[in-house]
Amino acid sequence: MTGPLVLETLGLTKSFPGVHALSNVDFRLYAGEVHTLMGQNGAGKSTLINVLTGVHSHDAGEIRVDGQPVRFAAPLEAEAAGIRTLYQEVNLCPNLSVAENIFAGRQPRRRGAIDWKAIHTGARAALAQLNLSLDVTQSLDTYPIAVQQMVAIARAVSVDARVLILDEPTSSLDDSEVAKLFEVLRKLKQSGIAILFVTHFLEQTYAISDRITVMRNGEREGEYLAKDLPVDELVRKMVGDVPVASERTRSALKGEAAATAAQHASPRFDMRGIGRRGAVQPIDLTLEPGRIVGLAGLLGSGRTETARLLFGADRADTGTITVDGKAVKLGSPRHAVMHGIGYCPEDRKKEGIVAALSIRENIILALQARLGWWRPLGRAKEKRIAEHYMKALGIRARDIEQPIELLSGGNQQKVVLARWLAIDPKMLILDEPTRGIDVAAKFEIMDRVMQLCAKGLGILLISSEIAEVLRVSDRIAVMRDRRKVAELSGDELDEHAVYRLIAGGQA
Amino acid sequence: MISRSFQAIARHPLLWPIVTLLLLFALDVAHRHDFLAITVLDGHFFGAPIDILNRAAPLVVVSLGMTLVIATRGIDISVGTVVAIAGATAAIVLADDPSRVGFALAAALGVGLLAGAWNGLLAAFVGMQPIIATLILMVAGRGVAQLLTGGQIIPIGARGYLRLGDGYVAMVPCAVWIALAAVIITSLLVNRTALGLLVRAIGVNPVAARLVGLRSSAIVFGVYVFCGLTAAIAGILTSSNVRSADGNNAGLLLELDAILAVTLGGTSLLGGRFSLMGTVLGALIIQTLTYTTYSIGVPPEATLVVKAIVVLVVSVIQSERARNLLAQFATRFAASSPATRARTEVQ
Repeated sequence: MTGPLVLETLGLTKSFPGVHALSNVDFRLYAGEVHTLMGQNGAGKSTLINVLTGVHSHDAGEIRVDGQPVRFAAPLEAEAAGIRTLYQEVNLCPNLSVAENIFAGRQPRRRGAIDWKAIHTGARAALAQLNLSLDVTQSLDTYPIAVQQMVAIARAVSVDARVLILDEPTSSLDDSEVAKLFEVLRKLKQSGIAILFVTHFLEQTYAISDRITVMRNGEREGEYLAKDLPVDELVRKMVGDVPVASERTRSALKGEAAATAAQHASPRFDMRGIGRRGAVQPIDLTLEPGRIVGLAGLLGSGRTETARLLFGADRADTGTITVDGKAVKLGSPRHAVMHGIGYCPEDRKKEGIVAALSIRENIILALQARLGWWRPLGRAKEKRIAEHYMKALGIRARDIEQPIELLSGGNQQKVVLARWLAIDPKMLILDEPTRGIDVAAKFEIMDRVMQLCAKGLGILLISSEIAEVLRVSDRIAVMRDRRKVAELSGDELDEHAVYRLIAGGQA
Repeated sequence: MISRSFQAIARHPLLWPIVTLLLLFALDVAHRHDFLAITVLDGHFFGAPIDILNRAAPLVVVSLGMTLVIATRGIDISVGTVVAIAGATAAIVLADDPSRVGFALAAALGVGLLAGAWNGLLAAFVGMQPIIATLILMVAGRGVAQLLTGGQIIPIGARGYLRLGDGYVAMVPCAVWIALAAVIITSLLVNRTALGLLVRAIGVNPVAARLVGLRSSAIVFGVYVFCGLTAAIAGILTSSNVRSADGNNAGLLLELDAILAVTLGGTSLLGGRFSLMGTVLGALIIQTLTYTTYSIGVPPEATLVVKAIVVLVVSVIQSERARNLLAQFATRFAASSPATRARTEVQ
């Protein structure tokens, strides 16, 4: 089934100020194959893709298309060579129709005017190739994200595509949507398109890949046929020698947490009938010191909305919140912060990090906001705090003055976590703290979270990965259709039970 | 090493404002060799640089306020109007009783604070687009100024008040001292408190700033109030310098010069990073440019065109892309310099 070599790199090297993003990378992509690029955050996957698509130019080495050396100065040049890319977020215009999106920038014309008939039939044909039939005159935003993604694929492959690059296309899709996407990919593969796939999900890697290239620290660790590479081997190759905390220490931590929780002075947070029209049905939730409460549910089930109500990011129109029995008003994030609540939002880039500011400034931001502008911490103290957390959380960066936007996702998340630890919080709300983060960093972050919990912090954890929620939570509240449908604890904490509840069944 | 320092210089944010200013000076010196000469006349310094500083003073002060507003992703196009209102207010008080200079100053500054509070209320709490929010005062405020002055130019005769605009302290114009004090106080306010950090955080990512518990609205409000205050100070300086308050023309288009000064100084209109020093340089560039076009004899009807061309060139050179190109060029230049070549050969 594997066709000829389409795209190849030889000794590709690229550095950014202070970082070797890629060193000497050889990479091969064959027609009719799905080739998955695996690696931790900061391993160089994104840089490789950016070089292949003309976003960045390489410093040394060679890119070959069909054996001919090429150099892309701009994304348009790569596109002209038949290399199409789909990024994590759908890069289309939600307000335009499906057909317009597919033909934007290359509308067929008839006598100077746009030929709408040709656009609509062309769009239908392009979608039909992917076994999709949609009303192409509807605006794109009337369709779910997964369908939008298919439209993006249809756009990408509708004109002589040779290579399709998909950068974490599945991160906002649910399981059935992923299955549908994979169907489309298989079809494309059969038509001879070479597919380069980037994901963090191991199961998905094995479900779709023919070939896997593992990257580590900007180098190619190796290239393997998917069927020859067992999953544990893959993880080991990605992670290298970074120790991953064992299951035993985790349970030990949990036990410790239970022991210390009782004596700790952190308050109990009680939500009673907290709700907001159009967002969440009134919900009851209790958070105690030294306990992790997981919120499980699909995207759009009301998980994030609940967190935002608790944090005061949105105003609840019903219900009360009490802290140690005393009613409090959490009308704004500021109130919540004053009560010692910290919130790591789901969308790290848009709501978490302050991109152009340094690591130091990002870490002290919440603390400084609480102090007020007239009481500066002072450079020396800021430096001490930032360096302390950089070490304590293992944030990998050149120094504390590096802009946070240059860090990998996992390190950015640690900085956001450090920001809240710096205010000495009583409770933390973590919304998808490990999304888009590689396996090792995921374990690392969750281990920190459990350590914090062991020290008496109350934690509300939201995650799409049920396994992760199950592993660390003391209790799990399951959400479905904007309401809490069950709360499980102790022996009820079972994967199948959670899945059943999410899917709409009984516990 | 060499290329490193070349790069550092080529990328330094204040490089182009400084280069532009020096080029303008060079042009002036070429035209009039004693341009930089400062003499003592009537017991105080006298010369072109002093004159430029003196005339730039109101713009420098306003631009400080504008810098902070722009850093929060805002803009204040009403400052010119506030200059007129503040001058008119002072003139009215002084017309009543020329001895109440202190009260006149307080009234003018108070009006500035009030104007800033109005803008801040609309922009920070009502949530209007800053350009629209301040457009209201820009247009309506001009009417208020005209109403205050009755459409006339009100002469100011109070000695104490006039000293601010054309008096001297320690041989240097009062206006220059006031502008200098404003620069120092503002940079202390920004750098010695956490205000600078918080303003930048709001400018870079307002959503994240709110979610860390920052009182963004209060800070943004405060920044507009401060901007109103700086405009009032400029209004006092201007009216004192021309010895009158003119509701129609005082501070006309000053908002555009202030925005220009901020941009020339390297602060992005998208908010976030800002540079007070850059802004001061930007204001001085604008004033020097005006001086230069007059002194080298550009016909008055062409001065605005010349100004436009210089501004265009400086803005293009300052763009991220041009800066990167220049840095690359500097690297290549350094790489081909004799010292590096010698080193490569040794290897």
